[in-house]
Amino acid sequence: MKASAPIQMSTTELKNTAMRMRQRLVTTSANAKIPHLGSCLSCVEILVALYCHELRIDPEEPEDRNRDRFLLSKGHSAPILFQVLAECGFFHLKDLEAFGKAGSVFHEHPPKPGYIPGIEAATGSLGHGLPMALGMALAARIQKRPTRCYALLSDGECNEGSIWEAAMLAAAQKVDTITAIIDYNKWQATGRSQEIMALDPLAGKWEAFGWHAQEIDGHNFEAIKAALDIARAEEKRPSVIVAHTVKGKGVSFMEDDNNWHYRTPNTDELEAALRELEFE
Amino acid sequence: MRDAFAREMTCLGAEHSDIALLSGDIGNRMFDHFKQVAPERFFNCGIAEANMMSVAAGMALSGLRPVVYTITPFVTTRCLEQIRVGVAYHQAPVVIVGTGSGLSYSELGPTHHSLEDMAILRTLPGLNVVAPADSAELVAQLRQAIYASHPTYMRIGKKGEPPLHTTSSRLGIGKANMLKEGNDLLLLGVGPIIAEAVKAAEMVAGEGISVAVASLGGVKPLDTGFLEVMAQRFTRWMSLEEHGITGGLGSALLEWLAEHEGASIRVKRLGVPDVFLHELGNQSYTRRLLEIDADGLARSFRKEFTT
Repeated sequence: MKASAPIQMSTTELKNTAMRMRQRLVTTSANAKIPHLGSCLSCVEILVALYCHELRIDPEEPEDRNRDRFLLSKGHSAPILFQVLAECGFFHLKDLEAFGKAGSVFHEHPPKPGYIPGIEAATGSLGHGLPMALGMALAARIQKRPTRCYALLSDGECNEGSIWEAAMLAAAQKVDTITAIIDYNKWQATGRSQEIMALDPLAGKWEAFGWHAQEIDGHNFEAIKAALDIARAEEKRPSVIVAHTVKGKGVSFMEDDNNWHYRTPNTDELEAALRELEFE
Repeated sequence: MRDAFAREMTCLGAEHSDIALLSGDIGNRMFDHFKQVAPERFFNCGIAEANMMSVAAGMALSGLRPVVYTITPFVTTRCLEQIRVGVAYHQAPVVIVGTGSGLSYSELGPTHHSLEDMAILRTLPGLNVVAPADSAELVAQLRQAIYASHPTYMRIGKKGEPPLHTTSSRLGIGKANMLKEGNDLLLLGVGPIIAEAVKAAEMVAGEGISVAVASLGGVKPLDTGFLEVMAQRFTRWMSLEEHGITGGLGSALLEWLAEHEGASIRVKRLGVPDVFLHELGNQSYTRRLLEIDADGLARSFRKEFTT
């Protein structure tokens, strides 16, 4: 079996897709009262770039053994991942109408595989996704498969010791088929991430742990694509991309306001947000 | 037991290309043979058990059959959440092996005792919890666990445990075996501590007390067919485990009896009381202190028939 080539959208298409994702995300959050909107808005470009440009996955064959694996280690951003998976055709957009409803599989975090096509692992408890992705990368090495593994982490998640345990093992095992991306939006649930756990210099820490580290603007598609290319070319070392982002990106009154970690928009706020999320 | 484990892992590793062995910086030289037959499938994951458990879960989700091995408290309670989410919730076919269980590392103190592991882990849905009594039981359970659809936690001893099973035993996960027949009292045990019960049963046999001793092999799943038969034969049961008496084998048996209509059975739980141990010595010393060595168990048997 052969994993599919990535879709590789143009930057204009990627931008349009990101806008559409934000519109649907904010609408769903308002209608279904789904929190973590700020954390979802900060990683829209990263997810769209991965799914529409980088990952070798086929929605028609979501269990192709040679596929790349993406793990949403920051599982609380599931609402935007679900939107992107629907956009890519893993399931129908209509299925997301059940989001947040009693009995639905679409709730605040990704469930275990088998319930939603395209979901590789259950996450939501922080610090699990990167180690599981590392296990998948080591498995692919044993199985001699072309699989690359990706994990999207939050900056708050880098508080977890298991992330650094995984970082050390990945470096010791010289796993060059894993790329970690950190959605560095500078906030965690209750405050500034730098004040709570002194993360900086974040890229420097990863370098010190034996990883190839890049720092980019996490809302710039050209920068994300270039960084993913460099990460893919790296040999004998795992790669991390520290993506500087803005929590709540795209909606002016949500940007860099940590209240939107838990708040959901009311009718007026939804209307105001959608007015801003217009195509140019 | 751990040598039998290492030997069997080498055989399994040579036979199957999808078996991986993850060790938490323990077993120096012990896995040399495994490393010879499958060098690309042995991982010393360092002293980082949370990561090791999630790595194993990731491997299993990608089609491997990983076995995770280190000292019991560190491969259980240290990384409980990784077992709960990564292994149990995903039903990832991981085999978790805790070595030096119970009071095997008695003199190393409470940090190295494991007297809660079975109680805690048997609450996780879909996770088998086994405790082989000897090397033969270990080998049979390990072979079955590796290709089971459910994950398995196996607690083993360290070295020099006597063989207890005979060739007529039906060994495997959820399979109980009678090790010594008797008529007056039934002792149901798990793990190598059963050897003490067999000795104790022999000690009291000459006094007219006939004790039957069985190995249950583990606490989840229970061999309910065997228990049904035993419930017809015996009204006095004892449970024996080198584990706290809260939540482990004794509790599992009481839960089964509570749901079992018509049984009028008295169960005495033998094990470690609800304390951390401070008076340390080797495993024999601690077993004696807790009266779960052969002499102490013989006293418990006699007491059943003198009060």
